Amino acid sequence: MKILVTVKRVEDYESKIKVKPDNSWIVTEGVNYRANPFDEIAVEEALRVRDANAPSEVVAVSIGSGAAQAEIRSALAMGADRGILVKHDGFLDSDAVARLLQKVVAKEAPDLVLMGKQAVDVDDNVTGQLLAEYLGWGQATFASKKESLESPEEKAKKPGLRFGADKKTVQVAREVDGGLEVLEVQLPALITVDLRLNVPRYASLPNIMKAKKKPIEELAPAALGVDVSPKVKVVRVEAPPARTAGIKVPDVATLVKKLHEDAKVV
Amino acid sequence: MATILLIAEQAHGHLKKATLSALTAAQQLAQKGGGQIQAVVIGAGAAQSAQELAAYLPTVHAVEGGGFEHALAETHAAAAVEAAKKVGATDVVLAATAYGKDIAPRIAAKLAAGVASDILAVVSANQFKRAMWAGNAIATVEVTTPVKVVSVRATEFPAAQKSGSPGAVQQLGVTAPAPKTKFIEFNEVKSARPELTEASVVVSGGRGTKGDFKPIEALADVLNAAVGASRAVVDAGWQPNDLQVGQTGKVVAPKLYIAAGISGAIQHLAGMKGSKTIVAINKDAEAPIFQVADYGLVADLFKALPELTEEVKKLK
Repeated sequence: MKILVTVKRVEDYESKIKVKPDNSWIVTEGVNYRANPFDEIAVEEALRVRDANAPSEVVAVSIGSGAAQAEIRSALAMGADRGILVKHDGFLDSDAVARLLQKVVAKEAPDLVLMGKQAVDVDDNVTGQLLAEYLGWGQATFASKKESLESPEEKAKKPGLRFGADKKTVQVAREVDGGLEVLEVQLPALITVDLRLNVPRYASLPNIMKAKKKPIEELAPAALGVDVSPKVKVVRVEAPPARTAGIKVPDVATLVKKLHEDAKVV
Repeated sequence: MATILLIAEQAHGHLKKATLSALTAAQQLAQKGGGQIQAVVIGAGAAQSAQELAAYLPTVHAVEGGGFEHALAETHAAAAVEAAKKVGATDVVLAATAYGKDIAPRIAAKLAAGVASDILAVVSANQFKRAMWAGNAIATVEVTTPVKVVSVRATEFPAAQKSGSPGAVQQLGVTAPAPKTKFIEFNEVKSARPELTEASVVVSGGRGTKGDFKPIEALADVLNAAVGASRAVVDAGWQPNDLQVGQTGKVVAPKLYIAAGISGAIQHLAGMKGSKTIVAINKDAEAPIFQVADYGLVADLFKALPELTEEVKKLK
């Protein structure tokens, strides 16, 4: 089985995000970068699926500047077999990313594409679904599993995705409003992953060393024949409105009095 | 003239509340860009839900029957696109729920439309505000395509009001495409409490509960509140996934949000900062949650919550 998995380079969610004075974007100097945490869950799942279905291969794809090599390397250090970087400097909207990925999928012909449900920079949550439609594939978004992250299945690093005996279908438990929905999707399939599908592994030092020798192929949007002009442009970025500082209350009685008489919410 | 198509969300003949918030966003869009609004309801029970929605709109289309019973992205997006083509939609608007997020991009791809996702505000006919970086920045985005798809963060828009004269429901015949996806089962998480994203009061517990949610639940019961949880609680398996409030969980904006034993990671704050009044109860006076709280109480939740529960009972 061949599994294609995406790794986007994003601002570390623990970094302080500040808006540029000209409101064009956020300040990127002095910010740490890392792989999108949802993509790391996708990489982990891809590795578990590969190891449970030998012989299989995991290909990690990133779209971004040359610096995104680092995020591909981190996926390779987790255990992915090889990488592809579609090199592009500057902003790409999610639609352009989906159309670039469509070309990469056409070239690689994977059985499964695994992606984070959203990237924690633009928080769009659309690229996977766009890609599924462009490919004409079935999709299962927000993949999770019935077992908790404390379960023996998780500790044994079992995949949450359940493949049919003939490897033509996959069953996915999806986190939706009000519960878990199970869908069966024909392969090739597109799956976007949610938070509780698995706990991603850390890369070991030997694997970090090994990853340095794994190949990363570079592609260019023009060579893929994709016009990357955006359908959705970011015209302005602002800091969120600050909440006015509240007060500390000394005891429960005062709190209830304030909630009842001032805020009028109880 | 522009036509805005609202894609409603329903289950078993009942309209989801988020749809009425999306309708408000559609009305704002109609005010700014001109045009009229029609709606489509898809799935088992659509005709009944369409009746409910017709109290708000002159024309509601219903797509029911073979192939649309389950909310599969492939079939529901296809039906939405058929409806959009029929009414000549320039805009497609829907709530950014799990359902809306699942189908909106597929609709956009079929219509060669740009999609503005999970919007907080309508700026103009083609510009919208949306949160990025877990709400640490607010972007104004412009959709440049002739047809636009807009998904709406329901907590940011009030529910629409009923119109004076009820509208008409029209059956829309659509042949479902053969999907590559099959519904297997739905494991519903049942609760006697209001749904998290729809409750006017939410009581949430964090790591400070050490997994004991009894004081949280007791307070929630007297306030008729939904129960929420921080990511730490859910990851530890102490509470089910769907109770998680945060960037990666549910975004809530109730009238009153009570955070007990929650430190206030950026991730969590992104999911509840929009609440009208925020109360934080935490032993640690330095906890970041106090920076967004209107009322902060430095106390042990196991002592403060039972007291609070009794005080609220006295008021009622």
